[in-house]
Amino acid sequence: MQIALAILLGLFFGFTLQKVGAANPVKIIDMLRFRDLHLMKAILFGIGFAMIGLFVLLHFEVLNVASHLSVKSAYTGVIVGGVLLGAGWGMAGFCPGTGLVGLGAGRRDAWVFLIGGLLGAFLYTLIYGWIKGSFLFTTIGGGKSTLAVTGNKAFPALFPDIPGYILGCGIGAGFILVSLLLPVLKKRRVQTGVEESVPQDTTKETPAG
Amino acid sequence: MKSILLQKQWSWLLSGFMLGMSFLLAVVLVKPIGVSTQYPIVDGILWEQVQPDLVTENGENKSGYGSSNAYFNENGGKYAAAIAKPLTYGLVFVLAMILGGFVARITQRSGQPELYTPSMVSSELNSMRLKRLQRVFVGGFLALLGARLAGGCTSGHMMSGMMQTSLSGFLFAAAAFAAAIPMALYLYGREE
Repeated sequence: MQIALAILLGLFFGFTLQKVGAANPVKIIDMLRFRDLHLMKAILFGIGFAMIGLFVLLHFEVLNVASHLSVKSAYTGVIVGGVLLGAGWGMAGFCPGTGLVGLGAGRRDAWVFLIGGLLGAFLYTLIYGWIKGSFLFTTIGGGKSTLAVTGNKAFPALFPDIPGYILGCGIGAGFILVSLLLPVLKKRRVQTGVEESVPQDTTKETPAG
Repeated sequence: MKSILLQKQWSWLLSGFMLGMSFLLAVVLVKPIGVSTQYPIVDGILWEQVQPDLVTENGENKSGYGSSNAYFNENGGKYAAAIAKPLTYGLVFVLAMILGGFVARITQRSGQPELYTPSMVSSELNSMRLKRLQRVFVGGFLALLGARLAGGCTSGHMMSGMMQTSLSGFLFAAAAFAAAIPMALYLYGREE
């Protein structure tokens, strides 16, 4: 049953990322350099929508959703790791998930991302034993905490006095509002011949032999 | 109007709605979406081919498996167990994502398939394929090293994390954008 859901949800998510344009490095890089905020608007709306949906379901205690939550711990490494991931994301235009979707969509550069990613993760498994007692794992803000009350006792709320659904829906509405207000900023690209400025094009397939 | 299944690219609003639905459905039906954990798991599966005793049965660990590698042995040997028995929810989900990208690509066939980002016609990304591959390699390396240190990536921390209002999700998103924006502006900023 779990495996069937893994296939269905994975297919849906991969399909969505491709249709959204998130698996296209050009769209990611254009978002990051403020040329095209289509994706930024979609991401903000998506988070806001999911947040409101989640906190409404949590409030009415339907489908046992609170037990499905999984809040990750906050520690210094989240920030350091976030910076490293951001650097790689801005450089490649792929993140760990969208690189795989790009692979499925037939992008050859995604294979190189995958190999780089597997090596980066491999390095981490090798150094983990040395760094695990270090400052990188100092907890922040109580570890697995949320802003809004979720109803799952494993995850303490930073604002325990505000009803969870009010704060959750409020923050979600904030995300949606920003998504609506942001301009798309899509600029037309002028086609210019850049190829001529490349002294030696190593990319052309030369006939073997 | 074409059926949404066949549209080449969704509008930002439909995109946002479908993204939100993906994350919400996953939490409601199973658990929050996460991807980057599967990279070290795949590493472990490959590693095990050359070093068969990487993962062993270990009754002291909660999962029943342990590893000589400190990372795989962490959390009661959770990762060691996933390496020993790879047919897990997490790995199947990620493999299905690749298939989802493939299916979506079929529905948007029009013109040339984009193999190396040729749509960035007037930029270095396209004109210098070697440079593109270097950047995508180093980018992949940094992204996964960072994701593992942080304990999650754009999916797990940023999207799944923030939708639960987790503190870690907000910290991660702020850090990731604080690095990604200057990096993209520095590498690609002057290009049209």
